[in-house]
Amino acid sequence: MSADQGNGPTNTTFDEGRLVELAERALAAVPSGAEAVVRVDAVRHSLTRFANSRIHQNVSDERVAISVTVARNGRPANAATNRTDADGLAAVVADAADAAAVVPVDPTWAGVASRASTEPTGHWDQATVDADPDTRAALVAAFVAAGGSGQEAAGYCDTAAYLSVVATTDGQQATDRTSRATVDGIFLGSAEGGYTPAGYGHATSYRVADLDGADVGTSAADGAAAAVGAGEIEPGEYEVVLMPECVAEMLTFLGAYGFNAKSVQEGQSFVELGATTFDPAVTLVDDVFDPRSIGLGVDGEGTPTQRVTLVDGGTCTALVHDRRTAARAGVTSSGHGSADSGAWGPMPGSLVLGQGTATVADLVGGVKRGLLVTCFNYCRVLDPKTVGVTGLTRNGTFLIEDGRVVAPVTNLRFTQSMVEALAPGRVLGVGASARLADCEWGPGRVVAPALRLASWRFTGGAAG
Amino acid sequence: MFELASAAVEGALAAGATYADARVVVARTESLSAQNGEVESVDRSAEAGIGVRALYGSSWGFAAVAELTTTDARRAGERAAAIARASARVPGTPMPLASLPPVQAEYRTPVAEDPFAVPLGEKCDLLVALTNAMLEEPDVQLARASMAFWETEKWFASSDGSRIHQVLVDSGGGMDATAISGSETQRRSYPQAFGQYETGGYEVVRGFDLPANTGWVASEAAALLTAPACPAGTTDLILDGSQLALQIHESVGHAIELDRILGWEAAFAGTSFLPLGELGTLRYGSDLMRITADATIPGGLGTFGFDDEGTPAQRVDIVREGTWVGVLSGRDSAAVAGVSPGGMVRADGYGHLPMVRMTNVGLLPGPDEADSLEAIVADTREGVYLHTNRSWSIDDKRLNFQFGCEAAWEVRDGQLGRLLRNPIYTGITPRFWGSLDRLAGPAQWRCWGVPNCGKGQPMQVARTGHGASPARFRNVRVGVSA
Repeated sequence: MSADQGNGPTNTTFDEGRLVELAERALAAVPSGAEAVVRVDAVRHSLTRFANSRIHQNVSDERVAISVTVARNGRPANAATNRTDADGLAAVVADAADAAAVVPVDPTWAGVASRASTEPTGHWDQATVDADPDTRAALVAAFVAAGGSGQEAAGYCDTAAYLSVVATTDGQQATDRTSRATVDGIFLGSAEGGYTPAGYGHATSYRVADLDGADVGTSAADGAAAAVGAGEIEPGEYEVVLMPECVAEMLTFLGAYGFNAKSVQEGQSFVELGATTFDPAVTLVDDVFDPRSIGLGVDGEGTPTQRVTLVDGGTCTALVHDRRTAARAGVTSSGHGSADSGAWGPMPGSLVLGQGTATVADLVGGVKRGLLVTCFNYCRVLDPKTVGVTGLTRNGTFLIEDGRVVAPVTNLRFTQSMVEALAPGRVLGVGASARLADCEWGPGRVVAPALRLASWRFTGGAAG
Repeated sequence: MFELASAAVEGALAAGATYADARVVVARTESLSAQNGEVESVDRSAEAGIGVRALYGSSWGFAAVAELTTTDARRAGERAAAIARASARVPGTPMPLASLPPVQAEYRTPVAEDPFAVPLGEKCDLLVALTNAMLEEPDVQLARASMAFWETEKWFASSDGSRIHQVLVDSGGGMDATAISGSETQRRSYPQAFGQYETGGYEVVRGFDLPANTGWVASEAAALLTAPACPAGTTDLILDGSQLALQIHESVGHAIELDRILGWEAAFAGTSFLPLGELGTLRYGSDLMRITADATIPGGLGTFGFDDEGTPAQRVDIVREGTWVGVLSGRDSAAVAGVSPGGMVRADGYGHLPMVRMTNVGLLPGPDEADSLEAIVADTREGVYLHTNRSWSIDDKRLNFQFGCEAAWEVRDGQLGRLLRNPIYTGITPRFWGSLDRLAGPAQWRCWGVPNCGKGQPMQVARTGHGASPARFRNVRVGVSA
């Protein structure tokens, strides 16, 4: 299949030499004496969307974005553009420089990254970069074909590629690239009053060839079939088996609100380094170099991205930092900065939860009475410090009795502290199979196994 | 620029599309934030490109390029058509499009003071001063203020012959104070959580009179640290207008999106509890519930001249005296459902496929001109008054919701009582709206803005408006916490 059939007019989008030249030209335009970081990001993203068992939207976007931070005497400002011509480069640098001339001094400004070598993550697959609409349509067709009678499919298949060049006035120049491909979807059965049985499947890899549309579709179709005939169950505290998508959701909240050094410095995080906050079964790292991960070996500030062990056997051991939080803490940046991290703080982007030895059947087998949850939906933080979150179950919730799944139940609302859920003594089992799982923050960010937890607080059902 | 849009359309038609439209978009933004007496970020961006949409059989194809040349535009059109053709591997019945007379038109957001011309130093000084003022309250540890401005210029052309030029300007901002003590974190915001945004220029920000409001924001955040928790139970609930606006957004605005009702968003955003067959008969709420989608409200964040399909902005009745009568639609979904297209299709920038989005979906004020929050409180024997959103969550059918607010006050015998922390309420959409029994009148009605409505794959962010005045709901479940 040809890369040109739908994916792009240019063969220059990922021409590293051209992108480096753009960065150098932008740096050359920075006023004398000013500090600057220039990021040149090339992105290709193509997505094929299906619903009611047919493809209904098919999109492709390809762009090069240039963002510039200029700091004059400790006064930083950012500007961005997608114009790569000489006028565009000059304008974006001037925009940042003009703003930096008039904004107040920022005492948290920590300067720009100096020269340091970076390690490529190796998560790049040319076939994924070149994947055409027919490739994605074939994966969708295999997904849809897995459905049973009366089931309707909905979801997407996408392929994406990112190449980033970061250069600074202090001599840093780093480049890395990553690709990603995802098949994600549900099957819906016939509506049963206000409830519609649903099943879910997901696969993400940096290689499109790793995706098996039929396998993902079968998972969703089987789940939807099992979800037929759901009954209501009383809300309350239940032991739970959480499938990887639920675990990924938990971990992204813990990462963003807890292990973000800005949150800690502002007193808004639960994390106390050295404290045994979690169960000994919990070991959590942010590791973009894990073979299953997706991402870049350099952050938006030009700092090499490091592997950070956030939790080791239940003990909080480290935070992720950008240059500002690191300077304030007297440490070096872990390479988790971005153009936005001045406001939002550094974020872990490649979380990996250590896997255990149990199959999902083993996890279920240990539960006297509890619930198996496929996905969470629309989770929002109620209290940042305890990471108290409310959300709902989705795409299949099942009652477990005496070690067996005995019946589907309708979706439930929960209100639960994510910290408390993983507290010492609360993790009763960890799945042996960990994979890139989806979450509301997008695919490709978390490698997670299934978990068996002692208690989860369900606060409402379909009746309210 | 119309030449570029036309070239993209011609490229798509030549490649086999049965319909095509294109938007050339030139956009700029500016956003600033300050925290604890320091400017935290100053960001400016400029973006230009062409997005072209091609219909082939049952599917849309969409392609976008940043290069503003006739050759690139035409080639983008050809690619959009090729992408749409690839969908034939998993086909459906051909997608119909509601007919639309061709339009040649121009629209500009009325702007009194160009927000990009206001000196950056003046804006920074204001934000820094606001945070310093809030920090005068000793228990406030985080004081934040921000503002943002968007200018979007669009040239639209379609194979139906429309040519539309628009310049849209959105402005706004806000501030919040966070008090922290032990494990307790409490926040108060003004004008509402995450700021208030409207169409218009810098006059929008000046109109908030932010400096005059730092005192109560900071002192209420501090007071919440020691306030009693909102007790759990079932009681009468009074909501301020900004919280009611988000309630409308989540439990009405998204539920009435026709693409959701038709299942097109099922996998990600979800579907809707509203069966299309019950349009015109389903009881959504009490007789006081009158909802419109109105893209013509002056200053509304969802106000424009034409949507991104070239359909004129209009007012559409959604709920009339409690009965569901309307939907948010585009030309394709309207044709499938057999309704008139409502001009509610918009895209996030040039690089995204236009989709059904809320305009200004709001609750009309109560019929009694004299009715007010004060009158509603005076008429309430026992209940709680909740103010300013803090969290929101709703299920994939838009039925089961839970909202948290920043602050509450108990209401006893017609009087506001103690300040309460961590108030939360939950409900089921039609049951909740059915319990609406008092609604403040036009004097307390305001079109609130939501600047960050996410939907679609790839995710798109839209700015939407929601008119609301304070209201009372009977027998609502309140006070479930983690």
